[in-house]
Amino acid sequence: MAVADAIYGLFPGPDSAERAVNALRDAGVAADKMVILSPEPFDQYEFTHRDHKTVMPWLAMCGGIVGGTLGFLLARFMQMAYPFPLITGGMPLVSPFPTGIVTYELTMFSAVVTTVITLLVTTGLPNWKAKVYDEEVARGMVLIGVVDPSESSRADLESRLQRAGAAKIKGTGRFAKA
Amino acid sequence: MAQKTSEQINEELLRPLQSTSLTYKLALVFFVAVVAAAGFAFSYQVNNGIGVSGLQRPVFWAFYITNFVFWIGLSHAGTLISAILRLCNATWRRPVTRCAEVITVFALSIGATFPVIHLGRPWLAFWLFPYPSERGIWPNVRSPLLWDFFAINTYLLGSVTFLLLPMLPDFALVRDHAVGFRKKVYNVLSLGWTGTPKQWHRLEMAMSIMAIAVIPVAVSVHSIVSWDFAMANVPGWHSTIFAPYFVCGAIFSGIAALIIAMALLRKFLHLEEYLLRVHFENLGKLLLVMSLLWFYFVVSERLTAWYGNEIFEMPTFWSTQRGDFSPLFWTMVLCNFLIPFPILAIKRFRTIAGCVIASIGVVIGMWLERFLIIVPSLSSKFLPYSYVTSPYRPTWVEITITCGTFAAMALLYMLFSKFVPIIAVWELKAGDPNMKVVREASLAPSAGQALPHGSEAGAD
Repeated sequence: MAVADAIYGLFPGPDSAERAVNALRDAGVAADKMVILSPEPFDQYEFTHRDHKTVMPWLAMCGGIVGGTLGFLLARFMQMAYPFPLITGGMPLVSPFPTGIVTYELTMFSAVVTTVITLLVTTGLPNWKAKVYDEEVARGMVLIGVVDPSESSRADLESRLQRAGAAKIKGTGRFAKA
Repeated sequence: MAQKTSEQINEELLRPLQSTSLTYKLALVFFVAVVAAAGFAFSYQVNNGIGVSGLQRPVFWAFYITNFVFWIGLSHAGTLISAILRLCNATWRRPVTRCAEVITVFALSIGATFPVIHLGRPWLAFWLFPYPSERGIWPNVRSPLLWDFFAINTYLLGSVTFLLLPMLPDFALVRDHAVGFRKKVYNVLSLGWTGTPKQWHRLEMAMSIMAIAVIPVAVSVHSIVSWDFAMANVPGWHSTIFAPYFVCGAIFSGIAALIIAMALLRKFLHLEEYLLRVHFENLGKLLLVMSLLWFYFVVSERLTAWYGNEIFEMPTFWSTQRGDFSPLFWTMVLCNFLIPFPILAIKRFRTIAGCVIASIGVVIGMWLERFLIIVPSLSSKFLPYSYVTSPYRPTWVEITITCGTFAAMALLYMLFSKFVPIIAVWELKAGDPNMKVVREASLAPSAGQALPHGSEAGAD
């Protein structure tokens, strides 16, 4: 993936990052053009509350139901697969208790697998070449930026990021400083 | 409350990954040697047959199955600390979670090897797998051993993902602090994590789902392990109380193992500012609760057996109370209750050292408990003519393999702490009540202060 054309500011904490996001919104920057990267979740801040709608719990439940059904069928099949009639002394061929255990375990197994797959798919991981990234994020900085801004808006965006409290202003792609 | 900048925390928690002390190297060599000895003992057993162990009629389960139950029990540390405390939003858990989750994964992996070690022909272990074979034979669903197979694999998958998912941001952290080949490796391991709000939200959502899923799985695993015994009509085993009794014991030994691991990490990785006395105190209180609960289960189980006075129960019962196994039984009570209770109940004694002493006692006591569940019952089953005339004695093969598993646990833990921050850095920063992360006050320029393009401001 190619590096995007972007301008971004690095903020020493979530308060200034929140100001920056608000400032960019005031400038008319669309949410899908904004880049936010943080070293922590910062759940209590509004700027991290993007993309919160997810069907992950429902998918996990569906995965569990599918896994449980397959588990039941597997356990049933394993008890019925013998080519000769089993003498069970009047007891059921498909024994409910052991079948229930296998069904239960495979329900949970599939729910876990579905959750992990959903996580990876919805977050786009693995993705080893991020469009916009700065290692300062790992040092505690919050990156707030704009992808593909117009050349004419550059000065205004930089000014807004600075006023919000950016510790550094940087650019990538055609906005990279020589 | 300690105050540190984000970079200070990074530096201190990533230090063990960047330097290796002589003590570490010597310990590594020692544990590798013990594991190698265990490998030799196992290969000797494979070459010469299971007869080289002390197993003989009627005691066909002994050290190996004791170790199996013990290690599976120990694996409950991660579940309790991480999942339950996560769901309860107990913020003090944050520095502790990864230490605990690692115990789960390694203890479970080690425990799962014992049914295979115990097999007379371990190369046929794959017969447990439900797959269509030319033999046309499927595993017996009615066998608790097959339930173990499903339960342990589910728990292992859940535990591994529960451990790995929150490691992604920390792998990214290590990546950004590394150079050269290490950077490439950690880049792959981090899956390209950048920290977008979507990634954080989905990660936390996935962790919540996993926490909800992994608790009942953990309970089911040890319940099923208990049913390996309780489903058999053997004196001392055929008990309805076994499942909760085993789960209680598992959590009990898991917390004890966690306290010991934390104390060692604190000492050798110099994590005194992160693993605080309050963490040991809180875990000590949990250990106290589990000690009382364990004692209650033991009394309940023993009382009903004694009061029932069933003819085939009593030889097993008395062999543990005043017979051949009584020294082990009373040592178990001493280690699991009489020593930990006063230490953990009296605040003055509930120090880090006190918690570690109590925990060492509990780990020894819980191993003995597993042994005492298995061997006395098998030594005196329903047919008096088959009662053992010479009690079970482990051979050097079993003892070496047992020591090897403890060394393997230490070895895996040491290697893990060398490649991954043993404290979840992002979780710690995100809300540990005992650590204040200093952010904007000392670093940020005041709002409205202009900066030149590409320049740094306010950093002092």
